[in-house]
Amino acid sequence: MWWRSPSFILDRQQQQQNDSVPPNPESLFLSSPPPSMADSVQNPKSNISAYYQTRAAHHAVVTSDWLAQAEAAVGRHPDDDESSGIDGRAAATGEDGGGGGGGKAFGVIDEFNSWRKQPDLAEAVAAIFALAAVIRASQATTMMELEIELKKASDSLKSWDTTSISLTAGCDLFMRYVTRTSALEYEDFNSAKSRLIERAEKFGEISCKARRIIAMLSQDFIFDGCTILVHGFSRVVLELLKTAAQNKKLFRVFCTEGRPDRTGLRLSNELAKLDVPVKLLIDSAVAYTMDEVDMVFVGADGVVESGGIINMMGTYQIALVAHSMNKPVYVAAESYKFARLYPLDQKDMGPALRSIDFGVPIPSKVEVETSARDYTPPQYLTLLFTDLGVLTPSVVSDELIQLYL
Amino acid sequence: MDARRVTRAVPRVRQVGFFTPNAPPEQPGPVRSQSGPPNSSSPPLSGSPASNSLSPVMIPPPRHLSDNVGARTAAVPVPGRANAGDHATVGSYNPSDSVLGLESPPPTRIGDGEFSEETESSLGWYRRNNPAKFASSFPGGGFDLSPVKQPESVSGVEAKNQPPEESKVQKGQASSSKPSKPKTTKAERRALQESQRAAKVASKAEANKSGGGAASSKTAKQPSQKKDGPPVASSIATSERIGVDRPAEKERKKDVPPPRMQFDDESRVGKAKRRSVLNQPEARNRVELFRHLLPHINGTQLPYLESKFFELHDKHPAVYKVGLQYLTGDLSGGNARCIAMLQAFQEAIRDYSTPPEKTLIRDLTSKIGSFVSFLIECRPLSMSMGNAIRFLKSRIAKLPPTLSESEAKAALCSDIDRFINEKIVLADKVIVRHAATKIRDGDVLLTYGSSCVVEMILLYAHELGKQFRVVVVDSRPMLEGQKLLRRLVAKGLSCTYTHINAISYIMHEVTQVLLGASSILSNGTIYSRVGTASVAMVAYAYRVPVLICCEAYKFHERVQLDSICFNELGDPDAIAKVPGRVDVNYLDNLTDKQNENLTLLNLKYDATPSDYISMIVTDYGMIPPTSVPVIVREYRKEYLLI
Repeated sequence: MWWRSPSFILDRQQQQQNDSVPPNPESLFLSSPPPSMADSVQNPKSNISAYYQTRAAHHAVVTSDWLAQAEAAVGRHPDDDESSGIDGRAAATGEDGGGGGGGKAFGVIDEFNSWRKQPDLAEAVAAIFALAAVIRASQATTMMELEIELKKASDSLKSWDTTSISLTAGCDLFMRYVTRTSALEYEDFNSAKSRLIERAEKFGEISCKARRIIAMLSQDFIFDGCTILVHGFSRVVLELLKTAAQNKKLFRVFCTEGRPDRTGLRLSNELAKLDVPVKLLIDSAVAYTMDEVDMVFVGADGVVESGGIINMMGTYQIALVAHSMNKPVYVAAESYKFARLYPLDQKDMGPALRSIDFGVPIPSKVEVETSARDYTPPQYLTLLFTDLGVLTPSVVSDELIQLYL
Repeated sequence: MDARRVTRAVPRVRQVGFFTPNAPPEQPGPVRSQSGPPNSSSPPLSGSPASNSLSPVMIPPPRHLSDNVGARTAAVPVPGRANAGDHATVGSYNPSDSVLGLESPPPTRIGDGEFSEETESSLGWYRRNNPAKFASSFPGGGFDLSPVKQPESVSGVEAKNQPPEESKVQKGQASSSKPSKPKTTKAERRALQESQRAAKVASKAEANKSGGGAASSKTAKQPSQKKDGPPVASSIATSERIGVDRPAEKERKKDVPPPRMQFDDESRVGKAKRRSVLNQPEARNRVELFRHLLPHINGTQLPYLESKFFELHDKHPAVYKVGLQYLTGDLSGGNARCIAMLQAFQEAIRDYSTPPEKTLIRDLTSKIGSFVSFLIECRPLSMSMGNAIRFLKSRIAKLPPTLSESEAKAALCSDIDRFINEKIVLADKVIVRHAATKIRDGDVLLTYGSSCVVEMILLYAHELGKQFRVVVVDSRPMLEGQKLLRRLVAKGLSCTYTHINAISYIMHEVTQVLLGASSILSNGTIYSRVGTASVAMVAYAYRVPVLICCEAYKFHERVQLDSICFNELGDPDAIAKVPGRVDVNYLDNLTDKQNENLTLLNLKYDATPSDYISMIVTDYGMIPPTSVPVIVREYRKEYLLI
């Protein structure tokens, strides 16, 4: 995928302002040692999506008490409890996968979790770094062995958190890359292995660049005086708004609150720091304000084969309102979020649940909808900004077919 | 004449784009006056490749249409250009037109008869459509630029096809119209002339049947050419045209695939009849829009074909058998037909031996071609079978010439086996796996007609222990759903059976619609059993997802927007009569005799627009309908190479 990535747009930008170059993000990622992994292993509860828990931990402003509960739960479970418990099966296979090489205990999930702790690192990239670590630690002596080991590791990663689409997509993408790459034809196993590691790092590097590329590509769509509606907190959307603000674009942003973890508040804080005029809306005020809005920007947890997106709860209704008022809906998503999924409707995905804090006790007879995400069909999306370029929703399937078939 | 028309058509079509009332004239006057018809060699276009090699869009039938349109659109600029100095040249061209058009209709007719003889094949379209009907079917499009003249021209055309005493009346009309309208505009004259030509061609066709007509047109050739304009200019123009356009014509013929057989094209149908094995049925009482389709061949020809068995010694018995099965309808369903055809070819290849002084590659290809045309006579091929034949022919063509005959035959047979296995049998298994993931407990699945892959999906999901209900929707006259229903019930699935009339009622309880397809076109259109489009549309209106299950070998790169231009006609009697019901006999007396007022239409397929499709399940995974061209593009080559 990345060999077609329009990263030239970054080079052009660097030529233009080579004096004020921001620090190269990938060097930071690649040089910094992984943080300590002692207390960081979160054992996700059976019905709580680890992915959304992480997001909340990274992006939520207010620590709600469910997070405190989650931390308490982590405290109750010691680290060695990981192999038992509800997802013990997954963890066990993970250890199998990691340690299959020579009996050395190497947890791909621990590795993944340690990478995941970095708030700027996407899950897919973390997964790829973790898989690269698996290659590095592997004691396999043939390519086939290494491949099987990697396969096990990625399977355990995937089953560790089935709700995270970008984790699955990242693993698949990397596996696809490893099995397809010409490195396999090398005679010498060690050189092939080092080549794979090199490729993994390059993959991570390019994935880190993706956000900058998307920010540059989307600049043309933001015009002076426009009003942008943003839902939830997305790092890509923040990046592109930041870039637009740095490019002296004059625009204003409406942020939804982003219940239940209030990620919108965080985004509005960040934007206020950039001196962008921001207005906060409660989630139910979207239709009320849609008249004033010129375009809608959302991120995506996953882009599915139909060209639709899976994103934080509420995206679908915003897209519907925007569609009915003929406002464009733009999605900013990195290409490693493209997943070979095809949901037909909302219930067609595995549930990703989260606990919701209503502030008051809810009677036990009252049922609470705790799903964390919804699916927006492609006909309500206008364009997708990805590091492959600006795509219409139907091109996603094209890219996926070329990648996976 | 034909060449002139072609060249005229191209620039005129292009002219439409940059024609504005205030546009400055691009062509200098003298050039146009030399070539008679406006800008057949106009400077901006003569150098461009478009004027030399025709664009592939302009295959014969549309060419005529664009020609018509072009003739009219080109007539429009005249008022706008008049002040730019073009008026004189246009005027010098006009009188000859008016002479032809109004004062002397008979010479025009003869002249045009000659012209039609020259270009019989390419202008057969005229003949196919009765021009009066053509005019009436495009009331706003074709003739809207000559609104005043239209009724007269149409009546004139109709009159021409009638006995002479009425044509005298028509002449009277024409002469009476002349004084009332001494100065007609160019557009009107063109329209009249066109329609007269068309009428002439049509009547010529009639005359050809009775055997006369040719001599009179030959004798009239010279005067008609004189009338056509200033002789010097026209001769220069024609020589130019011959120089420029004949190669272009050849190129066009090379580039464009031969158009499909149009069964209302009488000359070609006549030729086909001579070649054909079967008695082509008489085209009686067919619906106007569907005249170009092969009329239904019913099973009554079976004894006839059987009696001809020993005359058809060049058809292999296996192919012959498959042809008979197609003819009687014993073999239906896209996959079954395709597999049977491929296996028959396989048999034929096994028994094949190269005749002396011939090469295997060439002779076998032509042999397969003759088999295919025999099968087409029995029943039109589906697009998936076309793909399979294309595969087989490419395999034959790619055989290395060093191979011995037995090796080559063995290679071809194994290729056919592999095609059947990989593209049909295995593909079905993969589709079943994919689609079963979309079936959840508590689903109500609706299917229409009888698709073998949908049946496999339902059975597989049932084997997996999923709890779901099936609604089988069916329709007259095929009632294929009953067979499916029987098999499903036998396997213990809980089913509901209804006819398509109840679709809007039953749809509200359905959670998914599973449909098969005969083929999928590259704009995502689904070409499938007639009625599928209505089911998909109702499902769309109820927001029920529609899944199309189809193997990738049925994908076709053609684009089709309607179900008219390519379709298959069924037996018209099947919809007029209900077998076994003596009380429903309202149409009995009407269909037996040749009743002019009754036309029966029994279509077999229809086209479902891609908007109504949620997903296509194919052996490459689940894709949106927008990705069909991707599959076609990415896998066509590999597919021909396997």
